[in-house]
Amino acid sequence: MRMLKQFINKIREINQRYAKPKIEMSKGVSFSLAVLRIYLFLLVLLMIYKFITVIKVL
Amino acid sequence: MDIFSVFYYRFKKVWKAIRLYLVIAGPGLVVMIADNDAGGITTYAATGAQYGYHLIWFLLLLIPVAYYVQEMTVRLGAVTKRGHAEAIFESFGAFWGWFSLIDLMIVDWLTLVTEFVGMTAALSIFGVPAWLTVILVILLMSIIVLNGRYWTWEKIALGFCLLNLIYIPAAFMVNPSIASILGQGLIPNFPGGFNNELFFLLMANIGTTIAPWMLFFQQSSVVDKGLQEKDIKMGKLDTFIGSIITVAVAIFIVIVTGTLLNGAPIDDAATAARMLMKTNHYIGAFMAIGLFDAGLLGAICISLASSWAFGEIFGWAHSLNTKVKEAPWFYISFFITLATAGVVPLIPGAPLVLITLFVQVVAVTLLPAALVFLILLLNDKKTMGEYANSPLQNIVSTLIVVLIIILSTLYGISALFPNLFK
Repeated sequence: MRMLKQFINKIREINQRYAKPKIEMSKGVSFSLAVLRIYLFLLVLLMIYKFITVIKVL
Repeated sequence: MDIFSVFYYRFKKVWKAIRLYLVIAGPGLVVMIADNDAGGITTYAATGAQYGYHLIWFLLLLIPVAYYVQEMTVRLGAVTKRGHAEAIFESFGAFWGWFSLIDLMIVDWLTLVTEFVGMTAALSIFGVPAWLTVILVILLMSIIVLNGRYWTWEKIALGFCLLNLIYIPAAFMVNPSIASILGQGLIPNFPGGFNNELFFLLMANIGTTIAPWMLFFQQSSVVDKGLQEKDIKMGKLDTFIGSIITVAVAIFIVIVTGTLLNGAPIDDAATAARMLMKTNHYIGAFMAIGLFDAGLLGAICISLASSWAFGEIFGWAHSLNTKVKEAPWFYISFFITLATAGVVPLIPGAPLVLITLFVQVVAVTLLPAALVFLILLLNDKKTMGEYANSPLQNIVSTLIVVLIIILSTLYGISALFPNLFK
Protein backbone atom coordinates (compact mmCIF):
# COMPACT_ATOMS: atom_id res chain seq x y z
CA MET A 1 0.00 0.00 0.00
CA ARG A 2 2.84 2.36 0.93
CA MET A 3 4.61 1.53 -2.29
CA LEU A 4 1.48 2.27 -4.29
CA LYS A 5 1.13 5.64 -2.57
CA GLN A 6 4.77 6.43 -3.28
CA PHE A 7 4.27 5.46 -6.89
CA ILE A 8 1.20 7.70 -7.26
CA ASN A 9 3.08 10.57 -5.64
CA LYS A 10 5.94 10.02 -8.07
CA ILE A 11 3.55 10.16 -11.03
CA ARG A 12 2.08 13.40 -9.66
CA GLU A 13 5.56 14.84 -9.26
CA ILE A 14 6.45 13.90 -12.85
CA ASN A 15 3.22 15.44 -14.13
CA GLN A 16 3.98 18.66 -12.29
CA ARG A 17 7.59 18.72 -13.45
CA TYR A 18 6.58 18.37 -17.08
CA ALA A 19 3.28 20.24 -16.90
CA LYS A 20 4.35 22.95 -19.33
CA PRO A 21 5.93 22.03 -22.67
CA LYS A 22 9.25 23.81 -23.04
CA ILE A 23 9.34 23.87 -26.83
CA GLU A 24 8.26 27.11 -28.46
CA MET A 25 4.72 26.48 -29.72
CA SER A 26 5.17 27.95 -33.19
CA LYS A 27 2.53 27.43 -35.87
CA GLY A 28 4.55 24.55 -37.32
CA VAL A 29 4.82 22.76 -33.97
CA SER A 30 1.12 23.28 -33.13
CA PHE A 31 0.09 22.07 -36.59
CA SER A 32 2.30 18.95 -36.35
CA LEU A 33 0.94 18.06 -32.93
CA ALA A 34 -2.66 18.59 -34.11
CA VAL A 35 -2.10 16.32 -37.13
CA LEU A 36 -0.50 13.73 -34.85
CA ARG A 37 -3.53 13.82 -32.53
CA ILE A 38 -5.93 13.28 -35.47
CA TYR A 39 -3.74 10.48 -36.86
CA LEU A 40 -3.63 8.66 -33.53
CA PHE A 41 -7.35 9.19 -32.95
CA LEU A 42 -8.16 7.60 -36.33
CA LEU A 43 -5.77 4.75 -35.64
CA VAL A 44 -7.38 4.05 -32.27
CA LEU A 45 -10.82 4.11 -33.93
CA LEU A 46 -9.59 1.51 -36.43
CA MET A 47 -8.27 -0.69 -33.61
CA ILE A 48 -11.54 -0.42 -31.69
CA TYR A 49 -13.46 -1.34 -34.86
CA LYS A 50 -11.19 -4.37 -35.36
CA PHE A 51 -11.60 -5.38 -31.72
CA ILE A 52 -15.42 -5.18 -31.95
CA THR A 53 -15.52 -7.21 -35.18
CA VAL A 54 -13.26 -9.89 -33.65
CA ILE A 55 -15.43 -10.04 -30.52
CA LYS A 56 -18.58 -10.36 -32.69
CA VAL A 57 -17.07 -13.29 -34.61
CA LEU A 58 -16.15 -15.02 -31.34
CA MET B 1 59.67 18.61 -46.50
CA ASP B 2 60.65 15.34 -48.20
CA ILE B 3 58.14 12.79 -49.40
CA PHE B 4 58.68 10.49 -46.38
CA SER B 5 57.94 13.29 -43.93
CA VAL B 6 54.75 14.16 -45.82
CA PHE B 7 53.73 10.51 -45.85
CA TYR B 8 54.52 10.10 -42.13
CA TYR B 9 52.61 13.29 -41.24
CA ARG B 10 49.56 12.16 -43.22
CA PHE B 11 49.73 8.65 -41.79
CA LYS B 12 49.82 10.04 -38.24
CA LYS B 13 46.84 12.28 -38.98
CA VAL B 14 44.78 9.41 -40.43
CA TRP B 15 45.80 7.07 -37.60
CA LYS B 16 44.75 9.69 -35.04
CA ALA B 17 41.34 9.99 -36.75
CA ILE B 18 40.95 6.19 -36.79
CA ARG B 19 41.85 5.99 -33.08
CA LEU B 20 39.35 8.71 -32.28
CA TYR B 21 36.70 6.87 -34.28
CA LEU B 22 37.40 3.63 -32.43
CA VAL B 23 36.89 5.41 -29.11
CA ILE B 24 33.60 7.02 -30.17
CA ALA B 25 32.26 4.13 -32.29
CA GLY B 26 29.62 2.02 -30.63
CA PRO B 27 26.09 3.39 -30.34
CA GLY B 28 25.63 3.72 -34.10
CA LEU B 29 27.14 0.35 -34.94
CA VAL B 30 25.27 -1.50 -32.18
CA VAL B 31 21.87 0.03 -32.92
CA MET B 32 22.17 -0.48 -36.66
CA ILE B 33 23.38 -4.08 -36.49
CA ALA B 34 20.86 -4.90 -33.75
CA ASP B 35 18.27 -3.57 -36.18
CA ASN B 36 18.78 -6.88 -38.01
CA ASP B 37 16.94 -8.62 -35.19
CA ALA B 38 15.06 -11.94 -35.35
CA GLY B 39 12.12 -10.31 -37.14
CA GLY B 40 14.47 -8.59 -39.58
CA ILE B 41 16.27 -11.83 -40.44
CA THR B 42 12.89 -13.45 -41.19
CA THR B 43 11.90 -10.54 -43.45
CA TYR B 44 15.15 -10.65 -45.42
CA ALA B 45 15.05 -14.46 -45.70
CA ALA B 46 11.49 -14.24 -47.05
CA THR B 47 12.47 -11.42 -49.44
CA GLY B 48 15.25 -13.54 -50.96
CA ALA B 49 13.17 -16.72 -51.12
CA GLN B 50 10.22 -14.94 -52.73
CA TYR B 51 11.92 -12.54 -55.14
CA GLY B 52 15.50 -13.81 -55.49
CA TYR B 53 18.00 -10.98 -56.01
CA HIS B 54 15.41 -8.64 -57.53
CA LEU B 55 14.90 -6.42 -54.48
CA ILE B 56 18.56 -5.79 -53.57
CA TRP B 57 18.30 -2.28 -55.07
CA PHE B 58 15.46 -1.52 -52.66
CA LEU B 59 17.55 -2.61 -49.68
CA LEU B 60 20.33 -0.26 -50.80
CA LEU B 61 17.84 2.63 -50.66
CA LEU B 62 17.36 1.88 -46.97
CA ILE B 63 20.95 3.00 -46.16
CA PRO B 64 20.16 6.76 -46.34
CA VAL B 65 16.73 6.16 -44.76
CA ALA B 66 18.26 4.52 -41.69
CA TYR B 67 21.17 6.96 -41.54
CA TYR B 68 19.20 10.21 -41.76
CA VAL B 69 16.77 9.16 -39.05
CA GLN B 70 19.32 7.78 -36.61
CA GLU B 71 21.96 10.49 -36.98
CA MET B 72 19.41 12.98 -35.60
CA THR B 73 19.39 11.04 -32.32
CA VAL B 74 23.19 11.39 -32.13
CA ARG B 75 22.99 15.18 -32.39
CA LEU B 76 20.06 15.40 -30.00
CA GLY B 77 21.71 13.17 -27.39
CA ALA B 78 25.13 14.82 -27.60
CA VAL B 79 23.72 18.37 -27.36
CA THR B 80 20.92 17.93 -24.80
CA LYS B 81 22.53 15.11 -22.76
CA ARG B 82 19.02 13.68 -22.45
CA GLY B 83 17.44 10.49 -23.72
CA HIS B 84 14.57 10.59 -26.20
CA ALA B 85 11.89 9.89 -23.56
CA GLU B 86 13.10 12.73 -21.33
CA ALA B 87 13.39 15.07 -24.33
CA ILE B 88 9.75 14.35 -25.26
CA PHE B 89 8.51 14.88 -21.69
CA GLU B 90 10.41 18.12 -21.30
CA SER B 91 9.65 19.62 -24.70
CA PHE B 92 6.08 18.43 -25.34
CA GLY B 93 4.71 17.98 -21.83
CA ALA B 94 3.43 15.09 -19.73
CA PHE B 95 0.62 13.98 -22.11
CA TRP B 96 2.91 13.20 -25.04
CA GLY B 97 5.56 11.99 -22.65
CA TRP B 98 3.36 9.35 -21.02
CA PHE B 99 1.93 8.38 -24.39
CA SER B 100 5.45 7.72 -25.73
CA LEU B 101 6.73 6.01 -22.60
CA ILE B 102 3.78 3.62 -22.19
CA ASP B 103 3.71 2.89 -25.91
CA LEU B 104 7.47 2.24 -25.87
CA MET B 105 7.09 -0.11 -22.93
CA ILE B 106 4.40 -2.14 -24.77
CA VAL B 107 6.21 -2.22 -28.13
CA ASP B 108 9.53 -3.11 -26.52
CA TRP B 109 8.05 -5.90 -24.45
CA LEU B 110 6.21 -7.41 -27.42
CA THR B 111 9.28 -7.11 -29.64
CA LEU B 112 11.35 -8.74 -26.92
CA VAL B 113 8.94 -11.70 -26.97
CA THR B 114 9.54 -12.07 -30.72
CA GLU B 115 13.33 -12.00 -30.09
CA PHE B 116 12.97 -14.85 -27.61
CA VAL B 117 10.80 -16.74 -30.11
CA GLY B 118 13.58 -16.32 -32.69
CA MET B 119 16.33 -17.38 -30.29
CA THR B 120 14.51 -20.47 -29.01
CA ALA B 121 13.62 -21.49 -32.58
CA ALA B 122 17.25 -21.02 -33.69
CA LEU B 123 18.76 -23.12 -30.91
CA SER B 124 16.04 -25.79 -31.21
CA ILE B 125 17.67 -26.62 -34.56
CA PHE B 126 20.72 -27.76 -32.56
CA GLY B 127 18.52 -29.67 -30.12
CA VAL B 128 18.61 -27.11 -27.30
CA PRO B 129 15.26 -27.04 -25.45
CA ALA B 130 13.45 -23.70 -25.34
CA TRP B 131 13.55 -23.42 -21.52
CA LEU B 132 17.32 -23.86 -21.51
CA THR B 133 17.75 -21.20 -24.21
CA VAL B 134 15.67 -18.72 -22.19
CA ILE B 135 17.66 -19.38 -18.99
CA LEU B 136 21.00 -19.17 -20.84
CA VAL B 137 20.03 -15.91 -22.55
CA ILE B 138 18.88 -14.27 -19.31
CA LEU B 139 22.08 -15.41 -17.55
CA LEU B 140 24.27 -14.20 -20.41
CA MET B 141 22.56 -10.83 -20.55
CA SER B 142 22.84 -10.48 -16.77
CA ILE B 143 26.59 -11.02 -16.95
CA ILE B 144 26.91 -8.48 -19.79
CA VAL B 145 24.85 -5.79 -18.09
CA LEU B 146 25.96 -6.25 -14.49
CA ASN B 147 29.65 -5.61 -15.11
CA GLY B 148 29.12 -1.99 -14.08
CA ARG B 149 30.77 -0.31 -17.05
CA TYR B 150 29.18 1.02 -20.21
CA TRP B 151 32.49 0.55 -22.00
CA THR B 152 32.63 -3.21 -21.32
CA TRP B 153 28.96 -3.67 -22.20
CA GLU B 154 29.51 -1.91 -25.51
CA LYS B 155 32.56 -3.97 -26.44
CA ILE B 156 30.71 -7.23 -25.70
CA ALA B 157 27.74 -5.99 -27.75
CA LEU B 158 30.13 -5.17 -30.60
CA GLY B 159 31.45 -8.73 -30.35
CA PHE B 160 27.93 -10.01 -30.96
CA CYS B 161 27.62 -7.52 -33.82
CA LEU B 162 30.66 -9.16 -35.38
CA LEU B 163 28.92 -12.54 -35.19
CA ASN B 164 26.03 -10.99 -37.15
CA LEU B 165 28.40 -10.91 -40.14
CA ILE B 166 28.19 -14.71 -40.30
CA TYR B 167 25.83 -14.31 -43.26
CA ILE B 168 28.67 -12.95 -45.37
CA PRO B 169 30.70 -16.22 -45.53
CA ALA B 170 27.40 -18.08 -45.87
CA ALA B 171 26.62 -16.05 -49.00
CA PHE B 172 30.03 -16.85 -50.51
CA MET B 173 29.54 -20.54 -49.71
CA VAL B 174 26.38 -20.75 -51.84
CA ASN B 175 28.40 -19.70 -54.94
CA PRO B 176 25.93 -17.14 -56.24
CA SER B 177 26.18 -15.84 -59.78
CA ILE B 178 27.75 -12.38 -59.49
CA ALA B 179 26.39 -11.48 -62.94
CA SER B 180 22.85 -12.36 -61.82
CA ILE B 181 23.21 -10.36 -58.60
CA LEU B 182 24.43 -7.30 -60.48
CA GLY B 183 22.01 -7.73 -63.39
CA GLN B 184 18.86 -8.51 -61.42
CA GLY B 185 19.61 -6.83 -58.13
CA LEU B 186 21.01 -3.42 -58.92
CA ILE B 187 18.52 -2.28 -61.56
CA PRO B 188 15.31 -1.06 -59.93
CA ASN B 189 12.50 -3.43 -60.88
CA PHE B 190 9.32 -4.92 -59.47
CA PRO B 191 9.40 -8.66 -60.16
CA GLY B 192 6.00 -9.86 -61.36
CA GLY B 193 4.66 -6.30 -61.38
CA PHE B 194 3.74 -4.09 -58.44
CA ASN B 195 1.22 -6.27 -56.64
CA ASN B 196 -0.05 -6.43 -53.07
CA GLU B 197 2.26 -9.23 -52.06
CA LEU B 198 5.31 -7.26 -53.19
CA PHE B 199 4.01 -4.09 -51.54
CA PHE B 200 3.57 -5.94 -48.23
CA LEU B 201 7.13 -7.23 -48.38
CA LEU B 202 8.55 -3.79 -49.21
CA MET B 203 6.64 -2.34 -46.27
CA ALA B 204 7.95 -5.13 -44.04
CA ASN B 205 11.52 -4.29 -45.10
CA ILE B 206 11.03 -0.61 -44.24
CA GLY B 207 9.27 -1.55 -41.00
CA THR B 208 12.21 -3.63 -39.92
CA THR B 209 14.74 -0.92 -40.84
CA ILE B 210 13.31 1.79 -38.58
CA ALA B 211 11.80 0.68 -35.30
CA PRO B 212 10.72 2.94 -32.42
CA TRP B 213 13.12 1.39 -29.92
CA MET B 214 16.06 2.37 -32.13
CA LEU B 215 15.46 6.10 -31.63
CA PHE B 216 15.18 5.75 -27.86
CA PHE B 217 18.10 3.33 -27.63
CA GLN B 218 20.64 5.30 -29.65
CA GLN B 219 19.93 8.62 -27.99
CA SER B 220 20.16 7.13 -24.49
CA SER B 221 23.25 5.21 -25.51
CA VAL B 222 24.93 8.42 -26.75
CA VAL B 223 24.11 10.07 -23.40
CA ASP B 224 25.30 7.09 -21.32
CA LYS B 225 28.54 6.95 -23.29
CA GLY B 226 29.03 10.65 -22.59
CA LEU B 227 29.43 11.87 -26.15
CA GLN B 228 29.88 15.64 -26.47
CA GLU B 229 29.15 18.10 -29.26
CA LYS B 230 32.71 17.69 -30.53
CA ASP B 231 32.06 13.95 -30.98
CA ILE B 232 29.02 14.43 -33.23
CA LYS B 233 31.03 14.14 -36.45
CA MET B 234 32.44 10.75 -35.44
CA GLY B 235 29.09 9.69 -34.00
CA LYS B 236 27.51 10.38 -37.38
CA LEU B 237 30.25 8.43 -39.13
CA ASP B 238 29.62 5.56 -36.70
CA THR B 239 25.92 5.64 -37.62
CA PHE B 240 26.70 5.79 -41.33
CA ILE B 241 29.05 2.79 -41.17
CA GLY B 242 26.44 0.96 -39.12
CA SER B 243 23.72 1.65 -41.69
CA ILE B 244 25.95 0.29 -44.47
CA ILE B 245 26.74 -2.86 -42.47
CA THR B 246 23.10 -3.51 -41.56
CA VAL B 247 22.00 -3.29 -45.20
CA ALA B 248 25.03 -5.34 -46.34
CA VAL B 249 24.05 -8.12 -43.92
CA ALA B 250 20.47 -7.95 -45.21
CA ILE B 251 21.71 -8.26 -48.79
CA PHE B 252 23.88 -11.28 -47.96
CA ILE B 253 20.86 -12.98 -46.35
CA VAL B 254 18.85 -12.27 -49.50
CA ILE B 255 21.67 -13.77 -51.57
CA VAL B 256 21.70 -16.95 -49.44
CA THR B 257 17.95 -17.57 -49.56
CA GLY B 258 17.64 -16.17 -53.10
CA THR B 259 20.19 -18.71 -54.33
CA LEU B 260 19.17 -21.82 -52.41
CA LEU B 261 15.53 -21.31 -51.48
CA ASN B 262 14.22 -19.36 -54.47
CA GLY B 263 10.47 -19.90 -54.65
CA ALA B 264 10.22 -21.73 -51.33
CA PRO B 265 7.56 -20.50 -48.88
CA ILE B 266 9.36 -18.99 -45.87
CA ASP B 267 7.33 -18.09 -42.79
CA ASP B 268 10.24 -17.56 -40.45
CA ALA B 269 14.03 -17.60 -40.45
CA ALA B 270 14.20 -20.83 -38.42
CA THR B 271 12.26 -22.63 -41.19
CA ALA B 272 14.73 -21.18 -43.70
CA ALA B 273 17.65 -22.49 -41.60
CA ARG B 274 16.09 -25.97 -41.44
CA MET B 275 15.53 -25.99 -45.22
CA LEU B 276 19.07 -24.75 -45.85
CA MET B 277 20.46 -27.56 -43.67
CA LYS B 278 19.03 -30.09 -46.09
CA THR B 279 21.05 -28.48 -48.91
CA ASN B 280 24.20 -27.59 -47.00
CA HIS B 281 24.55 -28.35 -43.31
CA TYR B 282 27.01 -25.51 -42.65
CA ILE B 283 24.96 -22.83 -44.36
CA GLY B 284 21.87 -23.92 -42.42
CA ALA B 285 23.91 -23.84 -39.21
CA PHE B 286 25.23 -20.36 -40.06
CA MET B 287 21.66 -19.19 -40.65
CA ALA B 288 20.55 -20.58 -37.28
CA ILE B 289 23.55 -19.10 -35.41
CA GLY B 290 22.93 -15.75 -37.11
CA LEU B 291 19.27 -15.88 -36.11
CA PHE B 292 20.15 -16.58 -32.48
CA ASP B 293 22.72 -13.78 -32.48
CA ALA B 294 20.24 -11.37 -34.10
CA GLY B 295 17.63 -12.16 -31.42
CA LEU B 296 20.21 -11.75 -28.66
CA LEU B 297 21.44 -8.39 -29.99
CA GLY B 298 17.86 -7.19 -30.36
CA ALA B 299 17.05 -8.33 -26.83
CA ILE B 300 20.14 -6.59 -25.39
CA CYS B 301 19.23 -3.26 -26.98
CA ILE B 302 15.45 -3.35 -26.58
CA SER B 303 15.45 -4.20 -22.88
CA LEU B 304 17.99 -1.42 -22.27
CA ALA B 305 15.96 1.10 -24.30
CA SER B 306 13.02 0.60 -21.91
CA SER B 307 15.11 0.74 -18.73
CA TRP B 308 16.93 3.90 -19.83
CA ALA B 309 13.61 5.58 -20.69
CA PHE B 310 12.08 4.68 -17.29
CA GLY B 311 15.17 5.83 -15.45
CA GLU B 312 15.13 9.19 -17.24
CA ILE B 313 11.52 9.91 -16.35
CA PHE B 314 11.31 8.46 -12.85
CA GLY B 315 14.59 10.07 -11.89
CA TRP B 316 16.32 6.76 -11.07
CA ALA B 317 20.04 6.37 -11.62
CA HIS B 318 20.08 4.85 -15.10
CA SER B 319 23.57 4.26 -16.35
CA LEU B 320 25.44 1.10 -17.21
CA ASN B 321 28.34 2.75 -15.38
CA THR B 322 26.50 2.28 -12.09
CA LYS B 323 26.49 -0.77 -9.83
CA VAL B 324 23.27 -2.58 -8.87
CA LYS B 325 23.32 -0.95 -5.42
CA GLU B 326 23.49 2.52 -6.96
CA ALA B 327 20.78 1.98 -9.59
CA PRO B 328 18.54 -0.85 -8.30
CA TRP B 329 15.39 0.19 -10.20
CA PHE B 330 17.26 0.50 -13.47
CA TYR B 331 18.42 -3.11 -13.22
CA ILE B 332 15.15 -4.39 -11.73
CA SER B 333 13.12 -2.94 -14.63
CA PHE B 334 15.67 -4.45 -17.05
CA PHE B 335 15.27 -7.95 -15.56
CA ILE B 336 11.50 -7.77 -15.18
CA THR B 337 11.14 -6.81 -18.86
CA LEU B 338 13.57 -9.54 -19.89
CA ALA B 339 12.24 -12.35 -17.70
CA THR B 340 8.54 -11.75 -18.41
CA ALA B 341 9.18 -11.63 -22.16
CA GLY B 342 11.36 -14.74 -21.98
CA VAL B 343 8.64 -16.77 -20.28
CA VAL B 344 6.04 -16.16 -23.02
CA PRO B 345 7.49 -18.53 -25.69
CA LEU B 346 7.57 -21.27 -23.02
CA ILE B 347 3.82 -21.06 -22.40
CA PRO B 348 2.10 -23.88 -24.33
CA GLY B 349 -0.30 -22.43 -26.90
CA ALA B 350 0.87 -18.84 -26.40
CA PRO B 351 -0.54 -16.65 -29.21
CA LEU B 352 2.85 -15.95 -30.79
CA VAL B 353 1.49 -15.11 -34.26
CA LEU B 354 -0.95 -12.66 -32.68
CA ILE B 355 1.91 -11.09 -30.70
CA THR B 356 3.95 -10.65 -33.90
CA LEU B 357 1.02 -8.92 -35.60
CA PHE B 358 0.34 -6.82 -32.51
CA VAL B 359 3.95 -5.57 -32.52
CA GLN B 360 3.41 -4.17 -36.02
CA VAL B 361 0.17 -2.48 -35.06
CA VAL B 362 1.37 -0.92 -31.80
CA ALA B 363 4.63 0.18 -33.41
CA VAL B 364 2.57 2.15 -35.91
CA THR B 365 1.12 4.22 -33.07
CA LEU B 366 4.54 5.03 -31.61
CA LEU B 367 6.84 5.36 -34.62
CA PRO B 368 5.16 8.34 -36.33
CA ALA B 369 4.91 10.22 -33.03
CA ALA B 370 8.55 9.55 -32.13
CA LEU B 371 9.71 10.60 -35.60
CA VAL B 372 7.64 13.81 -35.62
CA PHE B 373 8.99 14.69 -32.15
CA LEU B 374 12.50 14.02 -33.39
CA ILE B 375 12.20 16.48 -36.28
CA LEU B 376 10.53 19.12 -34.10
CA LEU B 377 13.24 18.77 -31.46
CA LEU B 378 15.97 19.05 -34.09
CA ASN B 379 14.38 22.33 -35.20
CA ASP B 380 14.41 23.82 -31.72
CA LYS B 381 17.22 26.30 -32.33
CA LYS B 382 17.17 27.51 -28.74
CA THR B 383 18.28 24.09 -27.54
CA MET B 384 20.16 22.74 -30.54
CA GLY B 385 21.99 25.91 -31.61
CA GLU B 386 24.33 25.22 -34.53
CA TYR B 387 23.39 21.53 -34.45
CA ALA B 388 19.76 22.20 -35.38
CA ASN B 389 18.57 20.81 -38.71
CA SER B 390 19.64 22.80 -41.77
CA PRO B 391 16.98 23.48 -44.45
CA LEU B 392 18.41 20.66 -46.59
CA GLN B 393 18.45 18.26 -43.63
CA ASN B 394 14.84 19.23 -42.93
CA ILE B 395 13.76 18.53 -46.50
CA VAL B 396 15.51 15.14 -46.61
CA SER B 397 14.49 14.01 -43.12
CA THR B 398 10.89 15.22 -43.52
CA LEU B 399 10.54 13.37 -46.83
CA ILE B 400 11.95 10.20 -45.28
CA VAL B 401 9.79 10.51 -42.16
CA VAL B 402 6.60 11.12 -44.20
CA LEU B 403 7.42 8.09 -46.37
CA ILE B 404 8.08 5.91 -43.32
CA ILE B 405 4.86 7.08 -41.65
CA ILE B 406 2.73 6.35 -44.75
CA LEU B 407 4.27 2.94 -45.39
CA SER B 408 4.39 1.83 -41.76
CA THR B 409 0.75 2.91 -41.33
CA LEU B 410 -0.27 0.86 -44.35
CA TYR B 411 1.78 -2.02 -42.96
CA GLY B 412 0.04 -1.76 -39.59
CA ILE B 413 -3.40 -1.51 -41.21
CA SER B 414 -2.64 -4.52 -43.42
CA ALA B 415 -1.75 -6.43 -40.23
CA LEU B 416 -5.12 -5.41 -38.73
CA PHE B 417 -7.11 -6.10 -41.90
CA PRO B 418 -5.16 -8.72 -43.92
CA ASN B 419 -7.70 -8.81 -46.77
CA LEU B 420 -7.81 -5.06 -47.29
CA PHE B 421 -4.99 -4.88 -49.84
CA LYS B 422 -5.67 -8.20 -51.56
